[in-house]
Amino acid sequence: MRCFNLFVPVLALAACVAALAQTPTYNLGRTPSAEEIRAWDLVIGPEGKELPPGSGSAKEGAKIYEQKCPQCHGPTGAETGPGLFHRPLVGGKGTLNTLRPVLTIGSFWPFATTIWSFINRTMPPGEEGSLSADEVYALTAFLLYRNGIIQESDVMDAKSLPMIQMPNRNGFVPPKLEDIPDLRKRGCRGGACP
Amino acid sequence: MNAKERDRRRFLKEGVALAGLAMGAIRSANGQAPGSEQPGIRPGKFRAYGERSRFETAVRMQKSPGSSSSFAPLQDQMGIITPSALFFVQSVYSSGDDPLDIDPQQHRLLIHGMVDRPLTFTMDELKRLPSVSRIHFIECEGNSRFSIRGKNDAGVAETAQEIHGISGCSAWTGVLVSLLLREAGVQKGASWLIAEGAETNKMVRSIPLEKAMDDVIVAYGQNGEALRPENGYPVRLVVPGWDGNINIKWLRRIKVVDQPYMTHQESATRPSLRLDGKARWFQWEMGPKSVITRPSGGQRLPSRGFYEITGLAWSAGGAIRRVEVSTDGGRTYKDAQLQEPVLRKAFTQFTFPWNWNGEETVLQSRCTDERGDVQPTLAELGKIWGVTPEYWQATTNHINHFNPIFPWKVTREGSVHNALF
Repeated sequence: MRCFNLFVPVLALAACVAALAQTPTYNLGRTPSAEEIRAWDLVIGPEGKELPPGSGSAKEGAKIYEQKCPQCHGPTGAETGPGLFHRPLVGGKGTLNTLRPVLTIGSFWPFATTIWSFINRTMPPGEEGSLSADEVYALTAFLLYRNGIIQESDVMDAKSLPMIQMPNRNGFVPPKLEDIPDLRKRGCRGGACP
Repeated sequence: MNAKERDRRRFLKEGVALAGLAMGAIRSANGQAPGSEQPGIRPGKFRAYGERSRFETAVRMQKSPGSSSSFAPLQDQMGIITPSALFFVQSVYSSGDDPLDIDPQQHRLLIHGMVDRPLTFTMDELKRLPSVSRIHFIECEGNSRFSIRGKNDAGVAETAQEIHGISGCSAWTGVLVSLLLREAGVQKGASWLIAEGAETNKMVRSIPLEKAMDDVIVAYGQNGEALRPENGYPVRLVVPGWDGNINIKWLRRIKVVDQPYMTHQESATRPSLRLDGKARWFQWEMGPKSVITRPSGGQRLPSRGFYEITGLAWSAGGAIRRVEVSTDGGRTYKDAQLQEPVLRKAFTQFTFPWNWNGEETVLQSRCTDERGDVQPTLAELGKIWGVTPEYWQATTNHINHFNPIFPWKVTREGSVHNALF
């Protein structure tokens, strides 16, 4: 069935998706347990559906940051330089339309959930997955606070984090997520999008 | 001299050494000094797993000292297949554990999310399913940007390897994602999937369901044998024509979802900024690109006379329909011959007979794909981006999908150089 061409109209696409919901042909593979799925289901989408229980504030996050992060990200997250990660976490406002854009959480990242997801999965290097959910919420809150997006006392949890409006949320083309897949409609051609 | 500067110098030195190898390669017809240290292996002696001749020296080039990422020696490639042992490696989140040492008996592929039947497959089960073997290129979205003077943090890139070597083409064997998703039963409303690797930091990318159902492969084979560890053993995603980064290696999970997940790669590092400060989200398709691999930068033509110009062309737009070669810096172009096979979303080899008269000149090629899209000149690409070519030299912005016509300058002495800027 080759009904999935990139540019098929939406209605035809819906029909194709519906046609997929059929009985299996080969009956290979086994059904994973709910626990197996939960253990791996740790990528957080923009709506934060996968966020676990827990909470944290910037105040708590500052202490964790101080213990685990300055080695690569500097004392405040705004630093770069020899031995430090090449991209700062804080600052960069007003640089995106210059020759030297500084892409940080505050200046660039469109969704706050990405911060939680990324810290949880990859930080600190060598000890990935060692932070508790509370610690990840606290660090996320700290970085949001350092970027001037929330107050120091604001508590981040599974409800509040997806509600955060990131400063550069509207800095992307196309602006709507549902418009992304249609390269032709976006005017992309020959591997380049306008 | 700080550590970075030392690294840079070491890189440059190695680059010179590599250029030397390349030089020898094009002179191989004249007889090249044999490699020496390896013990001689007599022909006829049984070898359970073959090795190439000790006289063959093409190797990957490390991106920087200590890095697991590397560039493929495109200037030495024969035909359209990049050998697995030379295929480029880019591991975004390598933290010392790369290549991964995954036991295929322990590895599982989980398919879940908006499906009727979540499924976990062992490697043996995947291999029992109907398979395909298809030849496709994979190209890092940032490939070729080192052609820009001053852009390469490790120095000036001269060779086809240093400039274009984050690309390769192989025969991939595996199961179509469309088959796996039909087994799981995609639910109404699903429109994307996310694919995740098993490396330490578990690289994850979002892919629209239309693409996944079209031609994406869950591949366990490369060039007739199992994937190499550094390229995703025991199983990886092959997303024909799209950003190399999205071809998740060490694949362990596919989750069917209803929107892009805007992962770190997608939100924080990959989008490319326009002049107005807006960022282009998900460009995916690697545009038509052709590269003359022989003669190419760092090589040396030993004498005037006949040479077969040869190179590679590819495009996410499908099959390459035409490659034209200019031996006068773009003033005139003539059609090159396309060598069979000419496949969709795969390297296509082109050849062009040429007599060098000993004068300084510039060699370049441009390709057209089956959609009619033509590889742009640098100025034309600038128009698409809304910038002048100087912009690329001046900016620290992430440059990707960079596919202008690439010129090689041949000097009177026969040395060949990157002449893009």
